Amino acid sequence: MERRDFLKNLCWVISAGGIMGGLTADAWATILNKDYDTTKHYYGMGIDIDKCIGCGRCMQACKTENDVPAAPFYFRTWVERYVIKTDNTVYVNTINMESVEMPDVFPEKEVLRSFFVPKLCNQCDHPPCVQVCPVGATFKTDDGVILVDSKRCIGCRYCIQACPYGARYLHPETRVADKCTFCYHRLVKGLLPVCVEVCPKQARVFGDLKSIASPLGRFSRMNKIHVLKPSLNTDPKVYYANLDGEVN
Amino acid sequence: MEAVQRFTELSRQVMGFIYPNEIDIQWSILIVVYPYITGLVAGAFILASLVKVFNVKELQPTYRLAMLTALAFMLIAPLPLQLHLGRPERSYEMFMTPNLTSAMAMFGFVYLWYLMLVLLLEIYFEYRRDMIVWSSETTGLRKWLLKLLSLFSTDISEKAVAFDKKTVKVITIIGIPSAFLLHGYVGFIFGSIKANPWWSSVMMPVVFLFSAIVSGIAMVMLLYMIVKPLLGGKIDMKCLDKVASFLFYAVIVDFSIEVLDFIHRLYESEESIKILSQLVSTKLFMSLVVLQILLGMLLPLFVLAVIKILKLQEEVRKLLYFVCGLLIQLGIFSTRWNVVIGGQLFSKSFRGLTTYKMEMMGIEGFLVALVLLIIPFVILSILLKLLPPWKKEELTGN
Repeated sequence: MERRDFLKNLCWVISAGGIMGGLTADAWATILNKDYDTTKHYYGMGIDIDKCIGCGRCMQACKTENDVPAAPFYFRTWVERYVIKTDNTVYVNTINMESVEMPDVFPEKEVLRSFFVPKLCNQCDHPPCVQVCPVGATFKTDDGVILVDSKRCIGCRYCIQACPYGARYLHPETRVADKCTFCYHRLVKGLLPVCVEVCPKQARVFGDLKSIASPLGRFSRMNKIHVLKPSLNTDPKVYYANLDGEVN
Repeated sequence: MEAVQRFTELSRQVMGFIYPNEIDIQWSILIVVYPYITGLVAGAFILASLVKVFNVKELQPTYRLAMLTALAFMLIAPLPLQLHLGRPERSYEMFMTPNLTSAMAMFGFVYLWYLMLVLLLEIYFEYRRDMIVWSSETTGLRKWLLKLLSLFSTDISEKAVAFDKKTVKVITIIGIPSAFLLHGYVGFIFGSIKANPWWSSVMMPVVFLFSAIVSGIAMVMLLYMIVKPLLGGKIDMKCLDKVASFLFYAVIVDFSIEVLDFIHRLYESEESIKILSQLVSTKLFMSLVVLQILLGMLLPLFVLAVIKILKLQEEVRKLLYFVCGLLIQLGIFSTRWNVVIGGQLFSKSFRGLTTYKMEMMGIEGFLVALVLLIIPFVILSILLKLLPPWKKEELTGN
């Protein structure tokens, strides 16, 4: 082989490797369901704090559905319990996790407010995790969901550092970043995320921001909507109704 | 079961509320070692550039040593990062499909630029003539190694040597902004994380840079005091005093910038200030207040000032310089620790603190970190054998 040919071939191999390295955002959905059109949707979730009873079924269902490690840490979604006492001291813990400091029951007359806050990846419109990923393994799909290409992620954990919501973790088995995907494998088949489906109080509402008639459209018309950490300008697409100012 | 046990153990040390995914510290001791090592590279190079660009004649004896030190540490710099990756076998992706919005994606390019175009090239031109001469004076493997390193060039005419000299100067001039870029960019990786108030600061690259200069100068000073007598030479006190002088000024600038950064944080005092002050007063008290500030900065600053004011004897000066060098290394390592580990000890809920339990044996453990810190010295000793920094007559003092 001549030197010129060798160099030419080398360039081909290198660039082919680059292309094989990852799929485009659009191709993902097509692999899961070829009839699905990403451009027709834009997803978000609504959560009504007043409806959540802290039963934790969403946490359990999510772990089962998405092969999240069963250990008492690592969550794609979790529920925080807030107790604000009359002297304005605030107690917070994650339900179903052992807590050293927080008692299960507080004397009723000492409690000012008490509520549960389901948390998950906020599927930001301006996601810091996508910005910082050095290899583009974390990306935003055309329908607005942030996904991680587990075949491409190098496990540097820069995205975990950049997420202001603590929504990401390093999967102990695959050694790559993992987080809520809004159950993307279900979405493309027209199903709801599993946490929404199992919620006994319909505290979680899932919908399409492109459709005014979707449950999410109705949810945002009927409620005053808040997002978490608005000052960071990440533009979350998880919208809270009746959110207390204490929550961050 | 093991995971549950670890969780229970860790959760006992958690103060207040943290998000559930935060129980694990993501960036471990290896990521502390990484900026420490790159800092030494940048700092040693800046010291070397004082000779070539700013013509500080007294520092000449440290020039080659500083360059070789920078190279020895530079060769190891990517290792801690590589070992820390969850999937190290995919690291090549950073070169193949870099995400251009990510600061980290620039690592490979900044690194290669600095290694290839600055350090290797400058060392090549600095040593080219000597390598040709040495290879003609020796035999065997060493001869061939030197021939190979000189890329089989043979021209030692005056014209060629003059060209080498000029090139070294040009590379150093390009090298100074490159050294700033190399370490400034490491600071940028932390400083640009908006979600983390301990990191998110435009001052971060500057703080990194000046602490790098401090650590690099101190390291070359220590090495000069150890290596030169070991090779049978005598320490040039004029040179040592000058290095110490530059170290003194660098520490003052570094200290001022760090204080400025701290005051800026306090003054801005947002929602995070409560948790950050809790962090400093509890988990980071030892490493930040005692090791970094008192022992690693104020004490050496005081000692260096005393040496400057009082005309102390040579032997006493040497001893004090040595102690200062060691203290400064300790201080700068703590600086890296406090930034990297400290920034992960508080929850992004700003309601609690977690803890870091360093492994001993694991791939991200203490022993690996220790080995990574020792390897550069092994490389340096090989480099020093192959490319002696001082000529025979310099060592004998003639």
